[in-house]
Amino acid sequence: MDFVLFFLTAAIALAGAIAMIVARNAVHSALFLLLNFGAIAVLFLLLQSPFLFTIQLSIYAGAIMVLFLFVVMLLGAEQVEAAQDKLPWQQPLALVMGAGLLVIAMITAVRGGSNDAPPGGEAAEAFGDPASLGELLFTKYLLPFQITGIILLVAVIGVVVLNQQRNQAQTEETPGERPSSSVQP
Amino acid sequence: MNWLGLLIIIIQSVVIALAVTTAFAYLTLFERRLLARFQNRVGPNRAGPNGFLQPVADAVKLFFKEDIVPSAADKAVYLLAPAIAVIPAIIIWAVIPFGCLNIDWNYRACFAESSSGVNNILQIADINVGVLYLLAITSIGVYGITLAGWASNNKYSMMGGIRSTAQLISYELALGTAVLAVVMTFSTLSTHELVYHQGTLWGIVPQFLAFVIFMIASTAEVVRAPFDLVEAEQELVGGYNTEYGSMKFALFFMTEYIKLIAVSAMAVTFFFGGWRFPGLEMLGAGVEGLAGPVVASIAVGLASLGSFLLKLVGFLFLSVWIRASWPRIRYDRLMDLGWKWLLPLGLINLAATAVAFVLIESFVLASFMLLAFSLLSLAIAAGINRVPKPVDNVTYVSDVRSRAETGQ
Repeated sequence: MDFVLFFLTAAIALAGAIAMIVARNAVHSALFLLLNFGAIAVLFLLLQSPFLFTIQLSIYAGAIMVLFLFVVMLLGAEQVEAAQDKLPWQQPLALVMGAGLLVIAMITAVRGGSNDAPPGGEAAEAFGDPASLGELLFTKYLLPFQITGIILLVAVIGVVVLNQQRNQAQTEETPGERPSSSVQP
Repeated sequence: MNWLGLLIIIIQSVVIALAVTTAFAYLTLFERRLLARFQNRVGPNRAGPNGFLQPVADAVKLFFKEDIVPSAADKAVYLLAPAIAVIPAIIIWAVIPFGCLNIDWNYRACFAESSSGVNNILQIADINVGVLYLLAITSIGVYGITLAGWASNNKYSMMGGIRSTAQLISYELALGTAVLAVVMTFSTLSTHELVYHQGTLWGIVPQFLAFVIFMIASTAEVVRAPFDLVEAEQELVGGYNTEYGSMKFALFFMTEYIKLIAVSAMAVTFFFGGWRFPGLEMLGAGVEGLAGPVVASIAVGLASLGSFLLKLVGFLFLSVWIRASWPRIRYDRLMDLGWKWLLPLGLINLAATAVAFVLIESFVLASFMLLAFSLLSLAIAAGINRVPKPVDNVTYVSDVRSRAETGQ
């Protein structure tokens, strides 16, 4: 049963990914990407990892895609504009690099074999259990974990700085008007 | 998984889906009657005894209305949106324990920490990430509203959709911090274990601040008064569901109320001991002595279910009460409340919880210390949060009058 489920979910994920690129309407694209995220969440479940399933749903489907939709809807940018492509060399380069990535993935899959234990099998005792995952994060993988946190912090500071600069520019233009930091549709 | 287990899960799911739908129907009646009482009216009392058949009449009316699809709407998304809205509202019930009826006829298993041997028929799935599941499903609940607003191709609906995304993003973090503090207190993510750990002390004592944040954030999350800017009748003519009629409207209506019941059930599970009440275990022991383990198990099951439902009705009453008492909040105040008050308070609460439980050995002592801390920080927050002076250009009658007087 797992086998059938895997192929079904994988097919849905692929179809969602392809439809997302092909769709002409940005909101439709976002919805197809959402379908893809959902299918990947189910794949995590099939890999005995309910923790990653819920995280995938709440972070990617629940937060990031909602923000995408919000921005698309707020700007009214559903339709693809027919403007000229300013970076014409980008498309062939992307094709070549994508193909290269696919080849590397295939080679790794063929060479690795499917019967080996996955790397990082230390958690196999209580695999996917949030407690053991948390323990690993705070002991063995503490440094990568902290570095990820710092990268996110840098992003947050960047947002604040950019917003401050824009606000200052606004107040210089129109003195006396209170700069609004909250989104007001 | 054997086929019998699968069959039992399917039956449980069907029963719960039907039960929450019925609960929705009668919640509307409950709310209308209560609101009428709050406003010194009588409320619907014509259909059946005491208006008991009013929900049936409403359902029949909605069934027979004409089903219209606006010609300028995005057809596919327009038709999908009600389904996308209602599905999360129903699947969220999968991990909520309604009670504890052990089908191996051993009521003691309900009062054991390990959730593996419980075999509780009143909870569909006890997974080790139950609380995260609840958060994940709540966070994808916004799509139905947003997409309905966008697909209707109507500016009012669109406004409602945009407002719903902004509001949900703002309050999701506060909700998350509140729930996380509860998880830290009882150090588990399983809903059964959460209920088990509240045997000594209900979650509201150590996590009073989290309870307040949870109540505000979850009311905003289910877009109910006073946070119903998404469907503000006066400004947006109903908001996201303006273009929906007939059963599609009924589905949105249903979603809203089922979500309300679901967050109330979450509040009961997190802060009010779930299906537990003092003396439940003694009841089980007494009945077992009198009539054997089968009857004892059933008695504990029914008593715990009753206790859960009673607490749930208490929360629903509170929700109707709030709706009857408070006017809608202004948009900038809504954003301020979410980002500048609830989120910082939630983070402070997380830090305080961590410090208290590491420093103080005794759970009860740490809980009461946290309760004192919560009350103190709420008092400070209420003290700092003076209502800001209006920044708009409204001229007040009193100003004009005083100006006229000084001018003369």
